[in-house]
Parts: sequence; C-alpha cells; structure tokens
Amino acid sequence: MKRYLHLLTLLLASLALGAQTPTGSVHIKNGTVLTITNGVLTEADVVVENGKITGVGKSLRTPAGAKVIDATGQFVMPGIIDAHSHIALDAVNEATNPVTAEVWTGDVLDPFDISIYRALAGGVTAAHAMHGSANAIGGQCETIKLRYGTYNPEDLKMQGAPRTIKFALGENPMRVHGEGNRILPRTRMGVEHVFRQAFSEAKDYMAAQESYQKKKASDPTAVAPKYDYRMETLADILRGEIIIHCHSYRADEILMLLEVCKDFGIKRLVFQHTNEGFKVAPELAEFGAMASVFADWWAYKFEVYYSTAYNAAILTRNGVVTSINSDSEDYIRHLYHQAGKTQRYGQLTDDEALRLITLNPAIQLGIDARVGSLEKGKDGDIAIFSAHPLSIYAVPQMTIVDGIVRFDIKADDNDMRLSVDPEKTEDMMLEYAVEHRCMEGVEGHAAHHH
Amino acid sequence: MRFSKIFLFLGLFLTTAGLAAQVVGKATKGAFLLKNATIETVTKGTVKGDLLIQDGKITGIGTSVNAPADAKVIDCTGKFVYPGFIDGGTNLGLVEVSSVSLTDDASEIGDIKPFLSSLTAVNPSATAIPVTRVSGVTTVLTKPTGGLIPGTASLINLVGYSPTEMYAGYQAMQMNFPSSGARGRWDRRSEEDRKKDEDKKLKEINDLWAETKLFASISAAKAKDPSIRQTYNPTLEAMAPVVDGSMALMIEVDRDKDILSALKWIKENKVNAVLSGCAEGWRVAKEIAEAKVPVITGPVISIPTRQSDRYDQSYTNPGILAKAGVQVAIRSNNTENVRDLPFHAGFAAAYGMGRQAALEAITIVPARIMGLEKELGSLEVGKTANLFICDGDPMETKTQIEQVFIQGWEIPMNSRHSLLYDEFLERSPGVKN
Repeated sequence: MKRYLHLLTLLLASLALGAQTPTGSVHIKNGTVLTITNGVLTEADVVVENGKITGVGKSLRTPAGAKVIDATGQFVMPGIIDAHSHIALDAVNEATNPVTAEVWTGDVLDPFDISIYRALAGGVTAAHAMHGSANAIGGQCETIKLRYGTYNPEDLKMQGAPRTIKFALGENPMRVHGEGNRILPRTRMGVEHVFRQAFSEAKDYMAAQESYQKKKASDPTAVAPKYDYRMETLADILRGEIIIHCHSYRADEILMLLEVCKDFGIKRLVFQHTNEGFKVAPELAEFGAMASVFADWWAYKFEVYYSTAYNAAILTRNGVVTSINSDSEDYIRHLYHQAGKTQRYGQLTDDEALRLITLNPAIQLGIDARVGSLEKGKDGDIAIFSAHPLSIYAVPQMTIVDGIVRFDIKADDNDMRLSVDPEKTEDMMLEYAVEHRCMEGVEGHAAHHH
Repeated sequence: MRFSKIFLFLGLFLTTAGLAAQVVGKATKGAFLLKNATIETVTKGTVKGDLLIQDGKITGIGTSVNAPADAKVIDCTGKFVYPGFIDGGTNLGLVEVSSVSLTDDASEIGDIKPFLSSLTAVNPSATAIPVTRVSGVTTVLTKPTGGLIPGTASLINLVGYSPTEMYAGYQAMQMNFPSSGARGRWDRRSEEDRKKDEDKKLKEINDLWAETKLFASISAAKAKDPSIRQTYNPTLEAMAPVVDGSMALMIEVDRDKDILSALKWIKENKVNAVLSGCAEGWRVAKEIAEAKVPVITGPVISIPTRQSDRYDQSYTNPGILAKAGVQVAIRSNNTENVRDLPFHAGFAAAYGMGRQAALEAITIVPARIMGLEKELGSLEVGKTANLFICDGDPMETKTQIEQVFIQGWEIPMNSRHSLLYDEFLERSPGVKN
C-alpha cells in the first residue's frame, strides 16, 4: 500500500512537472555581456538558476548543477524577440470575414515546425505568432517561447504574456474582402468603418451585459444576452486587456486608427510594418503608440513604394518605441543583421540598434518585465555570438531559453527535424520563394504580400 | 494676354511639380584625385596612396600619382576605396513594384522567347537605381524571368539616362532548366507527372537546339546564295549565337539532380554556359568543379532548400562551392534590395568562404565570368572608374558609403530613402507647431 502511495506521489509529481515550463541552470563565463539596460560588461558572467537570471557580473559562483559555458572571446546578449512572426503555426488567416476577433493562433501552434529551430539558430528566443493580415480585425495572437524539442503545443506558449490581436489596414483587407468577396472594405474609408462599427457594437454588447448583471441581482428571471466570443474579445480590447498589433503601411491609415482608438479610449496600440510611420512619428510619439518595422523592405507593393530604410532611425529619434521584426521564416534567423542595417541607414548606436530586437519588442508585447535584457530576475533567455551581433561576421553559437540550451552550433545534428516520415522522400523546395505568410490561407493570392 | 497668363501659370505649376518630384540630382564628370586612401584593389592587394580618375577611367594608383591641376581633390585620409560591386543577377530597372503587374517588365507571356532583350525595358529612372548605387553596387546583370527561355539578360552600369548609355558590355541568354522537383508547397503534381513535365521540357530544348543548327546552316548557305529562301523566325535567329557559343547561356538551376542533368546537357551540346542560382550546388560541388562551369549563386541570405538541411546551408553554399574549385560569384537575385549584395557576401564570408573570396565574388569573379575582367571588378590603372569611398569594411552594416563613382561620374549620394530621411527626421511642421 505504502509502495502504491509512493508511486501515486511520483505520478502526481511528474504530472505537475509536465504542466510546468521546463527550466535549467547555466553559468556563462567570461564573455562580453551586452545587457541592453546596463551597458556592456567585459569579461563578465551571466548565471541562470532554474530558468531565471540570478547574476550578471564578474567572477560569479557556479550554482550546483549548472551547466558551465565558456564564452571567452564571445558576445552574450538577451535572446532576440520577434514582434511579428508566423512560424510554428498550422494556419495563419481566417479570411472569411472582415472581423474575426473570435479566432486565436494559440489554437493552431505547431511545435514540429523546423522554423522554430532555425530561428533559435539565429539567437531568437521568443516570437509573436500572429494571425495574418487578411481582415481589418483579424484573430488573436500568441506570444511563444522557442522551446524547440517539445511535442506539446502548450509548451510553446509564454504563460502570463498579455493577450494581443492582429488588425490590418490598407491593401490586404481591401483586396481580400472588397476585391475578392465584393463586400466592404474595398477602400480605406471602408476599413475605418469596420473598426468603428465593430467597436460600437461591442459597446452595445457591453451595455447589454452590464444591464443584465444589474437586473439579475433583483430579478432572477432576467435573461442573459446571447454570448458572443467575437464581441467578448472586442470588449476586452476596449477594457485595455488586449494589445492591438496593427498591420499598416501608409501614414494616412495610421492616423486614422489613432483617431479611432482615441474615440474609443483605446491606448495599447502597436503598429506593424508601419512603412510610412516615419511621416507621422510625432503623432505616434504623442499618442504613445509603438512601431514594429522591417529594416529595409519596400516597393514590393504600391503602399510601400514611398518607404525609407531610415524608418527605424527616424522613429527612434522621434521617441517612438520601435522594433525590427521579420514576418518571415528567413528573416527571423538574422534579426541581429536586420538591426545592424539601422546603423547603415541612420547611424543608430549599438545600444539603440540592439534594443530594436530585444527590449523594445518585449515592451510592445508587454513582456518587458520578464525578457529583453540581461538583468537579475528576468528569464534566462540568452544568445551567444562569436563576434558583436551587429557585425556581419557574427555567427550565433548558442541559444538558451529558460536556462535550457536549445541551440548549440557545436553539438547539434545537421538534420534537426523532430518528426521524420520514413515513407516519404524529401524533395527540394525553394522555400524562399514562398516564405511570406502574412497572406497565407487567402485563396488565389500569391503569398508574397506581406 | 489671357493666354500668356495661363502659360505663365502652367509654367510655374510645372516648375513646382518638378521640384516636388523626387529627383536625386546630377552626376558630374571630370578628373578626381582620391587622396591618401587605403585602396582595396581586390586583385593586387591593399595600396596606401592616391587614386586618380580621368575620362571615366582609373589613370593612376599609388604614391606618385600626377593629377592635372583641375582635378577635384577628395581627402580620403582614414577612408577606404573599393571597386564597385557587381551583382550577377537582378531584375533592377525591369520591375518597379512587383505586385503591380503593369510595372513588371521582367516576365513576358510565353515559354520560349529568346528574342526578348531585357535592355530594351530597363527604365533608367527606376526609383531603385539610385537606392542601389549609393550602397556601392555600381553594376548589375538585369534579367528577364519566367518560362523555359525568358530572353537575354544585360549588364548595366547604374548611371545614365538611356539603356544604351547604361549598357556595360555583356548579354547572356537566360534558361530555366527543366526540373522534376516540386516548385513550392502549392505544387500538387505527382512525382510521375513532374518527371513527365521535365522530360517534355528537355525534349523541347533539344528540338530547339537542332532546329537552330538547321536554321544557322540555312543562314550560312543564304549568305553565299541569296536565292535561298529563309522564313522569318525570331526564336531561332535569337538562339543562333547561343547555339554557336558566341553568346553565353545562363542556366538557372537549383536542385542537385537538375544541376547534374544540366551539366550533362551542357557537355553533350558543348554549351558556353554559366549556372545561376545553384541553391543545392553544395551537394554536387565536385561535379560542378570538374565540369569547369562557373556559378552565380544567391541569395545567400535565405533559408535552406530542404527541411532536413542544416540551418546554415544557404550561408555555407558559396564557400563549399569555392573550396571545391568552382568559380563562384554571388548575386542578390533581387530588385528593390540589390543594395544587400555586400551583406550576402558578408554572410558567405562568415560561413566558410572567407572575406577575400567573398569580396572577389561580388567584384572580379563576376567580371571574369562575363569576360570583362580587363574593364571591371578591381582597382587597376586603365579600368573603368566604377568605385566608391567608404569609412570601413563595406560588408559591415555599420560602414557608411560616402561617395560612389560610376564610369567616372561622381554620383549624387541621394535616393528616395535618404531624401525622405532628410525631410522627416525632424518634421516641420510637427504636431505642436
């Protein structure tokens, strides 16, 4: 009996452990540490215990059981964060309605996606797994940690990260719904109307809920209004519980959404792509809206024709919290290089450039208390490079998530797929031709529309 | 009276419209003395000294350069001078906005269209041209796309107001080599159907080759005997210089098996060939080296072709090819971001190719592949003055490219991107005034 009890305890303990995020302990020794928030420390250590950073400084003590990593001559930085990604997703666009706030990418996470590993091999530890840009109000998104190796989609989720939702302005929703389905929006006027209508309906929904709650106290026969998850989600946006991440390009449409948000009291707003954000940087700064941009993509469609690779620099200099994102299973692997381009185009300092891929995307995702810099108490998400990560010659050496080494250039196999079908011969595919997934799942449209 | 007022108004309107339009300014020509520079010649090491540009050519390099009195002196103390980068594969000038089909002059209808010349459709005013050249990329091969034979690619210098002025002396016929591989995730053809398609395309090529030979022999006979009748056939006429080897055939091929099949076909038909793309060249590097066929590969910064491949396979591909003895040039295979070319080379350098070989892959090697090594690709006396001044290693993103010269023209260092920066860094009016 006692033996069974022991077994039961063990079983329960393992179940409990299974539900938790796996964590580890490492002691990174003698590297050049780019803390982001506290300058550059030479010949310094970073210690992670059970997934959390417990020390950043010189000659630290190795905790019991920690893996020791010699970083002599190497550069240690916080794990890179991609504020706009579509990796690790089975589906991207629910392109059936201009408003689909009820769907959620957290329901379609794919832990087998090789892109997760490839992103790790580029120093990335967290990503924003976003819904696509087919709808003015798209689906909710999931902030993930790149815990490649797990078979359980739940393990990818960064528990406790704020909820986010994808919005989209301009050509994509106009093409899909206006041109494709012959319904509003076909113009930027229509796009604005979608937002105003959706939020107005959500306010009505909230009022109905509220009056029911009041009525219920005195009248047990009161009938609850019909539950509507789309409206619930929109209501949560109005309550400030969900951060809007809005696909956008042109300055006029950016200003439009700022006005809509002002009118509905919405404050948590991040613009994605934001190619013409530089034109309205003062307005963005005044509102407190943030911008997540490409380093240099332009001219692939008309609404990005009047772009500049100096966008991130102009936004930064105007006080807008800015990040560089990938929106690509290729670019996510070299965001450190993309950030470096802000030094070619606008001469940002090393610290400013590195913030674009660490602390700033963390702020935009509402996770900056936990990741984005090397500080005591933060998650043990770390990337180690052979040279300064902004140098073209830098090669990522090791990537650590929650204190667990998930990429190691010296130890990893060439083929890192988690699942291999022995019946199927793997054929070559020029994947760079089909890498862009923002418009994936939209019938009849080439994928190359970010 | 009324008319003259209208004209005055119109004139004023046009002037302001002209000023409001984005123009990058004029290039200027003359003698330029780049003084006290670190000169990276590429072919003859690093030289500390001066470089003289006259009449579009490099006329002096070293410590005892005699410059004419009217030469504009540019102090290059602490600066570097590099030869202009050459991109061996772009659509620059042919495509303005890729998703707007009416601005795409690269992909014509049809499958076999060797009579098409990219040079005719190069738009000297393409917005991406100034954007590209201020990064130190001075010369690009711009190519048509789509179909089995898309037409001829042309090498252009990124200065000038007509395609003829821009033409840099090299054309090559393009071919997309038949493949039995899947074309992408959306390619639902069965393996058997793909093989059938490949065989059909190969037969088309071989038939075209045989017909061209016949056509060429009729042309030769007609030259001797004008009474011989020959009907107009633009396809065979355009193929004739390719089949007789006087024009290079640039074969776009990526999959390992297709590369081998292309090499076999090249050998059988004694083709003057260059391979382009070659994403899976690393799998068959030895065979490419043995065939002595040069390769223009890229983009280097891209994802591996197979899920099972090592994550950095596209970065290491040029280095593996080079180490096997293949003559390798690097291209961006881009339109609006050809300016990334030195970064593609930088990644190749970091992942096994080494810096010097990577630098050569965007300078002297493409020049050699195109038979222009006496004119382009390095800093040597007598060569075309395609070069730039920078404050560091041009493959590093931190480095500023300060002045570009193309065919001796001092290029205005402006582009849409820099002009928007100048206008919007400190916007006026802002929000409060």
